[in-house]
Amino acid sequence: MSESMYQEIILDHYRNPHHKGLRGDVSDPGVVEVHHVNPTCGDEVTLRVRLGEGPEGMTVQDVSYEGAGCSISQASTSVMTDLVIGRPVEQAMERHDAFLELMQSRGQLEPGRHDWEDVLEDGIAFAGVSRYPARVKCALLGWMAWKDATAQAAARAQ
Amino acid sequence: MTSLLPGGTSTALYDVEAVRRDFPVLTREIGGRPLVYLDNASSSHKPVQVLDAEREFVARHYSNVHRGVHTLSQEATDAYEQARATVARFIGAPDPRGVVFTKNVTEAVNLVAYSLGNAPAGSRLALGPGDEICVTEMEHHSNLVPWQLLAQRTGATLRWLPITASGPDSGRLDLTDLERLVNERTKVLAFVHQSNILGTVNPVDVLVRRAREVGALVFLDAAQSVPNLPFDVRDVGADWVGFTGHKMLGPSGVGVLWGRPELLDEMPPFMGGGSMIEVVRMEASTYAPAPERFEAGTPVISQAVALAAACDYLSGVGVDRVARYELTLTARLLDGLRAVDGVRVIGPDTTEMRGSAVSFEIDGVHPHDVGQTLDELGIAVRVGHHCAAPVCRRYGVPATARASSYLYNTVEEIDALLEGLERVKAFWSST
Repeated sequence: MSESMYQEIILDHYRNPHHKGLRGDVSDPGVVEVHHVNPTCGDEVTLRVRLGEGPEGMTVQDVSYEGAGCSISQASTSVMTDLVIGRPVEQAMERHDAFLELMQSRGQLEPGRHDWEDVLEDGIAFAGVSRYPARVKCALLGWMAWKDATAQAAARAQ
Repeated sequence: MTSLLPGGTSTALYDVEAVRRDFPVLTREIGGRPLVYLDNASSSHKPVQVLDAEREFVARHYSNVHRGVHTLSQEATDAYEQARATVARFIGAPDPRGVVFTKNVTEAVNLVAYSLGNAPAGSRLALGPGDEICVTEMEHHSNLVPWQLLAQRTGATLRWLPITASGPDSGRLDLTDLERLVNERTKVLAFVHQSNILGTVNPVDVLVRRAREVGALVFLDAAQSVPNLPFDVRDVGADWVGFTGHKMLGPSGVGVLWGRPELLDEMPPFMGGGSMIEVVRMEASTYAPAPERFEAGTPVISQAVALAAACDYLSGVGVDRVARYELTLTARLLDGLRAVDGVRVIGPDTTEMRGSAVSFEIDGVHPHDVGQTLDELGIAVRVGHHCAAPVCRRYGVPATARASSYLYNTVEEIDALLEGLERVKAFWSST
């Protein structure tokens, strides 16, 4: 049932979310907290990003979150943390862009554009979700919160 | 055709199979399974009689209305005004002038709220600091946000009757403080007749009586009740009633504000433009009486004609019979849900003073996942906060799944849903 959408990888992340729980101190200038909601369904996420200087420039040192929502939004947020933590901001943003492209593909992915599995790892399991436009917003909730928090933190660091 | 009451007694209310044959969409399959459409509180389907009426009108009689002298213009105007008369008859309104065609209920509420906001200070309809507007905690956002905006614009205070969210009377209005919350300062009492999320049917008589005692005007959101319950504006006693076409077998894009004609004539315009005027000069204009005063611009012509056809269809079956039939489906659904472990009904658990919209949650499965999994079985339910976020907050849930039956649903479809919920539980507990 729901084979195209509810991939085992997604269900794994839903059952055992990675990096869940809020960490860091919001009074730390490197930490930004945001709260995003999906107004059509009531899903919400509170998410913190900590940026810091790394060997390859500004780096996503930590992403932590609390949230309530459906399997897709919760699993997608968990996968997102795996994909961006420890990455230079620029590289993490590229992954964000790739995931966004995947979600907007309506199941018609251009194979040559990226080495999708390499860039998105577990995120590729969400390819099926792109065929259900009503659920794309669920899959993007955590990513949008991360992008917002990261942009704010980066602006603050400059 | 007979339908089964929960006790197993057979009772002939109307021929459900014959009704089903009038709805082309009900022959559809979703993912290889017959469609089970239980999202009627959100929007209903349309019978061929409604589709044909709109097509015939547009194909042969269409023109703009209330302008011009040519034959089509006259035919279109006649059809439009006959539609108004049909809708008026359908809700027991003695005077068709009380029927204003709007886009939907949302526009009907906004029309009233903005019109009151335009009333000159000191007039009977004007609101200001010290005045109050009372709503309820179970309002659809459409009967809440426009009043919040009116309160903000005028300095009036918004109050609300709370709901009970636990105990045997869960999902009802808590009227303990009715006399305090609806008081001499209350200018408007706006409330929903039948809740779209809880299914609760509110005691209109009690609320209207209290409003009359204190001289408050009453707006009744009848979006769910006009399609599903025998409805007569003379019985409900409200000053304004809003309902919409697409929930009662008619098209989307047309709704109705009914108001007492003399009250509508007293209200300032909401939107200005063509058709709503009397004398227009460069400096200022005077306005047409109701209903034209509130129908600026080219109105929803063919949709109004189709809505009248929907009224005729429902009258043909008999709304009282529809209401009684739905009650048997609702009873079966409530009984069935009670028997499923881990399911909680959000709203009244009995058919007492209740409509067919039944919200529920399943332990450990988010409503979106419930809805998606049911869709795989061809079963359409609504998931989300149903534009009644305060109710979800009151119950401490982010969202609910909601099944809502209508005149064309069957006992077998209710059973298919209940069976589907077992599949949902099995799938999500194995993950």
